Amino acid sequence: MTDRKNNKDKLPAGLDQHEGIHSESGPFEKTLGETLRSQGISRRSFLKFCAATASMMAMSPAMIPKIAHALESARRPSVIWLSFQECTGCTESLTRAHASTIESLIFDSISLDYHHTLQAAAGHAAEEAREAAMEENFGKYLLVVDGSIPLGNPGYSTIAGISNYDMLMETAKGAAAIIAVGTCATYGGIPHADPNPTGAVSVGDIIKDKPIINVPGCPPIPVVITGVLTHFLTFGTIPELDHIGRPKVFYGQSIHDRCYRRPFYDKGLFAETFDDEGARKGWCLYKLGCKGPTTYNACATTKWNNGTSFPIESGHPCLGCSEPDFWDGGGFYKSISMPTENITKTAIYTAAGAAAAGVALGAMNRSKKNSAAAAHSKTTIDDLEK
Amino acid sequence: MSEAAIPVSGEVKFNIQISDELTQNVKPLLHEIKHALENLIENGETSIIDLRSIPLAPGEEDRILNTLGRGEVQAQLDALGLSEVTETRYAGVWVVTHYNDEDNIISRFIEVTTIPVILCSQTEDIMAAYSSLTLDLDESQQTN
Amino acid sequence: MSEIEFLSWVRGTGFQIAVIIFIAGVIIRLGEILLLGRKTNLAEAKGSEMGGGLRTVVTRSVPDKSTFKRSAFTIVAGYIFHIGLFVTIFLFAPHILMFKDILGFGWPSVPTPIVDALTVVSIIALLAILVHRMRDNVLRFITTTEDYLVWLLTILPLITGYIAFHRIGMTAPTLLAIHILSVQLLLIAFPFTKLMHAFTLVLARWYNGAISGYRGVES
Repeated sequence: MTDRKNNKDKLPAGLDQHEGIHSESGPFEKTLGETLRSQGISRRSFLKFCAATASMMAMSPAMIPKIAHALESARRPSVIWLSFQECTGCTESLTRAHASTIESLIFDSISLDYHHTLQAAAGHAAEEAREAAMEENFGKYLLVVDGSIPLGNPGYSTIAGISNYDMLMETAKGAAAIIAVGTCATYGGIPHADPNPTGAVSVGDIIKDKPIINVPGCPPIPVVITGVLTHFLTFGTIPELDHIGRPKVFYGQSIHDRCYRRPFYDKGLFAETFDDEGARKGWCLYKLGCKGPTTYNACATTKWNNGTSFPIESGHPCLGCSEPDFWDGGGFYKSISMPTENITKTAIYTAAGAAAAGVALGAMNRSKKNSAAAAHSKTTIDDLEK
Repeated sequence: MSEAAIPVSGEVKFNIQISDELTQNVKPLLHEIKHALENLIENGETSIIDLRSIPLAPGEEDRILNTLGRGEVQAQLDALGLSEVTETRYAGVWVVTHYNDEDNIISRFIEVTTIPVILCSQTEDIMAAYSSLTLDLDESQQTN
Repeated sequence: MSEIEFLSWVRGTGFQIAVIIFIAGVIIRLGEILLLGRKTNLAEAKGSEMGGGLRTVVTRSVPDKSTFKRSAFTIVAGYIFHIGLFVTIFLFAPHILMFKDILGFGWPSVPTPIVDALTVVSIIALLAILVHRMRDNVLRFITTTEDYLVWLLTILPLITGYIAFHRIGMTAPTLLAIHILSVQLLLIAFPFTKLMHAFTLVLARWYNGAISGYRGVES
C-alpha cells in the first residue's frame, strides 16, 4: 500500500482529481504518454510495458505497435471501485498483479478514485471523494464492482450506512460501463449458493441499462482483470463478450481445450486417487472431478503468478470457478459424467418394486387368461346356422 | 521467483514427475521458428512468437530454450525491471525476456529478426535526450 | 436457470426419473412375458430345451446365407451402428465412470480418438439406414411413426455426444446437459417401444432354439 501512495506523487487518493477542477484550463487530463514521460519513464520502458500487455491480453505480438499508439494517446478515465458482499479475494488477486512497477503502470493509466481497501481516505472524506468523482465525470467513469448484492435485507451489507443496492443504483447512473469482477459480482458466487440466505444476486441481475463486462473467477486471474481494464483504455470499447457477458479473449476457450494434460485424457491415462502413480506422472484428473471440460477461463494458457502454474498443473482438479453456480455443480470431486444423486439406491428400489408389480400383473394376466379359457364356449353347428 | 529470497531447509522433493513424452510442443515450435527464418531470409519480415500463448507442460519451455542455446549477443536492459535480449546459437533467432522488479518473468518472446526493436533507441527518447543534453551544455556554459 | 444449474438438474433429478421409468418398465414387461407361460407340450422331450435355446441365442448372431442375400445392407449397416453404439456407450472413459458410480465397478476404456471415429461411422450408418428404409417400397410401407421416433431417439445421443465432445455451437455445460437429456429420453421411451428388442431378442432366440432342441433337432 505504501508503494501505491508513493506512485501517486504523495497526493492522497482522490485529490488529484480535484486538482484538475481548479486549474485554469478547466478539467485537464494528461494522456498516458504525457504522464509517463513526466514520470521519467523512457519510451523503451513503455514499449516493454506494451509488449507485456499484449502478451497479457492474449493478443498477437503484431498488435504491440497499435497498443503503444493507443495507450500513448489515451486519457485517464476515472474509476470507482465498489466492494459489496465479497471476501476481498478479487482485490488481493489484482494487487498481486500490481506488485511491481511495470504492472502498476496500469494503475497510473487510470485514476482510481475510490477503493475501500486501497485508498488512504476513510469515513466521510472517502464518500465525498466518491461523490465528487461521480459528479465530475458523469457519464464517463468506469465502475468496477466486486461482491454480490443482498436483496433479502438491505442491512445484510452496507457501506457508510448505505445499502449495497442503493449504492450500486446510484453509482451506476453516471457510469460509462460496469466491470463486474469475480464470480460473486458476475453470477452471485458463494453467497448465492444453496440456500442463498441473504438473497444475493449479481450486478447483471440488477443493472439492465448499462454495458456490463463480466470477469468471473474465484478469484479471477490478475492479468485478466488488468487486461480488461487495459483493453478499455487502449480501444475505448468493450471487448467482444460471450453469451454470459465474459470477454471472449480470456473466456473463449474451455480449460479442457487448452490443458497440457489433454493428451493423457485422449489416451485414457487417468489419476485414480490423489498422489497415486498416475497422479505423480501428471496424468489427467478427469476421474478426480475436474470441471475443466465445462469451464471457460484462461487458466491453462495465462496461468497464475505470472505464468507459474495453475490448479491442474499443481495436481488439483479444476473447480470450475468462473462458471455460474459452480458451488452447486454437483461436488468438486465428483466427475462430471457421474450422476449427482445416488442412482444405485434408486435402481435397486425400483427393481424391487417393479419385480413385485411384474409378479402382480403376471398373476392378473394369468387369471384373465384362465377365466377366458374357462368362459370359452364351444361353437356348435346351431350357432353357425343362426 | 528469486531463489535467494526463499529460505529452503533440506531438499524439496516434488511428487509430480516432469514428463513431456505425450505433450510434444518442442518440435512443432522449432519448426515454426524454422519457417520464420525462411520468411526473414526471403521477405525480410520479422516474426514474433509469444511463448506465454502456448500451453506448455512443465519443463518444455526450458527444453526449447536449451535447444536454442546461446549465441554471440547477450544484452541486459534496465527498463522498469530487468529485460534480457539474447541471440541464440541460430543467428536471427532472439529470445526477449521481460522481468518485473521482483524478478518474475512477465513475458517472453522468440523474435526472428535482424535485431529486436526494443534494443534500438526510440525516437522520442532521442529527442528528449537532445533537449536534455542541450540544457546540460547551456547550464555548464553559464556556470563557466 | 444458469447453465450449471441446468446441468446439475439433468445429472440429478433427470437421471432419477429416467432410471426409475427404464428399470420399472423393463422389469414389468419382461416379467409379464415370462409369467405368461407356455402351453404344455405333451410330446416327449427328445433333446435338451435349455441347451438348444442357449446355443441359438449365440448362433443367431450370424445370419444364414439366404437371409443375408435378401437384406445385406440392413444387416451390415445394422451391425456397424450396433457395434459403434456398444463401444461409444460402454468403452468410453467418461461413460465408464458413470457406470462405476452406479454399479460400483468399472472396466478399461478405449482411447478417445477411436471412440470419436466410431461415433461418426455410427451416425453415417444410421443415416444410411433411414434413407434405405424410406426408399425401399416394402420397408417404407411397414415402417410406423414409432419406428421413426425410435430412430431419432437412437441417433440423438450420438449426435449430441459428438457435439458436446467437440464443443460446437454452444458452451460446454449446456451441450453436455443436452446430451445427457437425450440419453434420458431414450431410456424413458425404451420400455414402451421396439427398443425392448435389446432384451426380448434373448427370449425370442431362446424360444426358437428351445422348440428345436426339445424335438432333438438342430436349430
